[in-house]
Amino acid sequence: MSYLTRPSQWWKNMIFLVGTIILISAFLMPLIYGITTSLKSEIQISTANAPLLPSSSDTIDIDGTVYPVVRVPQEDGSYKEMVLFKKGRQSSQLLELDDLNGTPIEWQGNWRVLDRQWVRDFQWKNYKTAWDTIDFMRLLFNTFKYALISTFGAVFSGALVGYGFARFKFPGKKILFMLVMATIILPPSVTLIPTYAFFYRIGWVGTWLPIIIPTLFGNGYNVFLLRQFFMGIPKELDEAARIDGASPLRIYFSIVLPQAIPGLTAVGLFHFFYCWNDFFGPLIYLAGQPDKFPISVGLSSFNGLYSQQVHLIQAASIISAIIPFIVFIVAQKVFLRGVVISAVDK
Amino acid sequence: MTFATAPFLEGLMKNKTKAVYDKYNIKWGYFFISIWVIGFILWYLIPMIASLVFTTLDFNLATPDKNQFVGLQNWGRIFLDPEVLPSIYKVFSFAMISLPITFLFSFLVSVLMNTKNLMGRSVFRALFYLPTMVPLVAVVLIWQGVLNNQAGWINLFLENVLHIKAIGADGIRWLNDPKIIYFTYTLFGLWGIGNSMLIFIAGLQNVPAQLYEAATVDGAGPFRQMVHITVPIITPIIFYNLTIALIGLLQYFLVPYVLNNGSGAPEGKTNFLMVYFYRQSFNYFNMGYGATLAWMIFLIAFVLTLMLFWSSKKWVYYGGSDK
Repeated sequence: MSYLTRPSQWWKNMIFLVGTIILISAFLMPLIYGITTSLKSEIQISTANAPLLPSSSDTIDIDGTVYPVVRVPQEDGSYKEMVLFKKGRQSSQLLELDDLNGTPIEWQGNWRVLDRQWVRDFQWKNYKTAWDTIDFMRLLFNTFKYALISTFGAVFSGALVGYGFARFKFPGKKILFMLVMATIILPPSVTLIPTYAFFYRIGWVGTWLPIIIPTLFGNGYNVFLLRQFFMGIPKELDEAARIDGASPLRIYFSIVLPQAIPGLTAVGLFHFFYCWNDFFGPLIYLAGQPDKFPISVGLSSFNGLYSQQVHLIQAASIISAIIPFIVFIVAQKVFLRGVVISAVDK
Repeated sequence: MTFATAPFLEGLMKNKTKAVYDKYNIKWGYFFISIWVIGFILWYLIPMIASLVFTTLDFNLATPDKNQFVGLQNWGRIFLDPEVLPSIYKVFSFAMISLPITFLFSFLVSVLMNTKNLMGRSVFRALFYLPTMVPLVAVVLIWQGVLNNQAGWINLFLENVLHIKAIGADGIRWLNDPKIIYFTYTLFGLWGIGNSMLIFIAGLQNVPAQLYEAATVDGAGPFRQMVHITVPIITPIIFYNLTIALIGLLQYFLVPYVLNNGSGAPEGKTNFLMVYFYRQSFNYFNMGYGATLAWMIFLIAFVLTLMLFWSSKKWVYYGGSDK
């Protein structure tokens, strides 16, 4: 008899499931907020007591002029939907919904106290507006160019070096590998100022070169990860190939690399996301060159310029998250395994 | 073992007493790692030495002709500068709030994700990981909206559902109240638990099941099993996550920069060390002083890491390994 069938066990499972669902809903709530807000109209955001979900105030077109529909309190405490024909501070003119051509009814009171009639309405055009305002195409192109070149270079060099550390024995290997590990925990600010001054002198500040070039020499984290991967690949095949007279480069490219594809993919994905998120480098090297900004810096300066347009900021944020989401969902297995190898399989 | 591998084995045996290298290994080993060695010299070794030299200069990129040697003045300035020591204090105050909360949350979620009672664990795992994929700038912008004093969902929920006074000037001003700003930043950080969570989960899965079985037989409940079995066995993982988190916190920069342009708002509370370093180096272009600040960040990180490694001998358990 499986213990799963015991009623107390069933209750326990249900409590865990419901609790986790509540927890994950709270955890992801800001994301829902972001998506919801990105679909609201500016009026809805600036109106107090507006509904939570994207809506727009109901309007009616009379002879080419657009009038809002409002909820007018009646004497019996209910509300009646009417057309706000003329706004006034002391009194306003209202029209019956079923008698649009009749004479306006005089209503005593400031029109601003009247609640609008809201109808569910998703402002999909916010995404287009945000996309155009921030010039997303260019940000995307800049980010992709950087991410692709850098990822390719980082994986290529990281694999070479990782293989060197995994398979060969040479004097000083232990110390050199400790240095590799040390570069991982070294705060980048220490090397930043001389590097910046150097790039400034040779006129590279204001271009992408200072951000891309240093990533092509095998970054400590990638080297470490790939070394772990190579150490897990059996040596027999390369040794047999060596006996057959194949050169190490040939062994590396045609025997070892094909076996390390999962590792290369994981490292490539990590590096790709690193580039996608990279903020500090582009911020200092591309300062004052908005046409060269990547998504991260572009988004941040967009926030500074349009801080009142909450719906556009949320739309731009959601757009910038979509590509990483898609990559994550497609490559989830490889990616998650890579994270684990980095820490546990030491 | 095939005949062909015998010489390699012999080499391994000898290696135990004294390292023996053959020409093939030396030549190709250096060949494969050469690109890293070049990169290390270019982007680490030379800049670090240069950075040390910079700490003795009054060096401003905007006025190159006025650069001059000032000896240890930059180091002296650090102690006189009214912004530096408070900025270190702020980083640590923030860390004292953020680290325990983030750590505990990440650990508890991992335990939950590792519970046999939970159905659909892989789906939940992916969902908890999901926000880690959101670019950090977008994380800040989304949270900035959801924590808005007037229209943010969190305050709306507190006010209308739980009936706590949250909206308005005397309500909860998540982003402007200096008393809770570190807590607010900690909330942003919860969206980045993905990696530490995965590492925790992997560690939890490696705890031998017999230990739990034995403990159950001995009558230990889930809580005692957690304290006496799970936690001790995963101390190496805790240690790894702690080191990474501490070094990351010392360089905490993006969130305050995106939220307030590094102004330190509210009331200078977010004027962290790295924010101040950025301002000196890249707003005022005081590169000599900036390099000194950078070295100080490095020294603090170095001392902290050493302390962690040293203390790890006392509390980190390496089960049965030769470490």
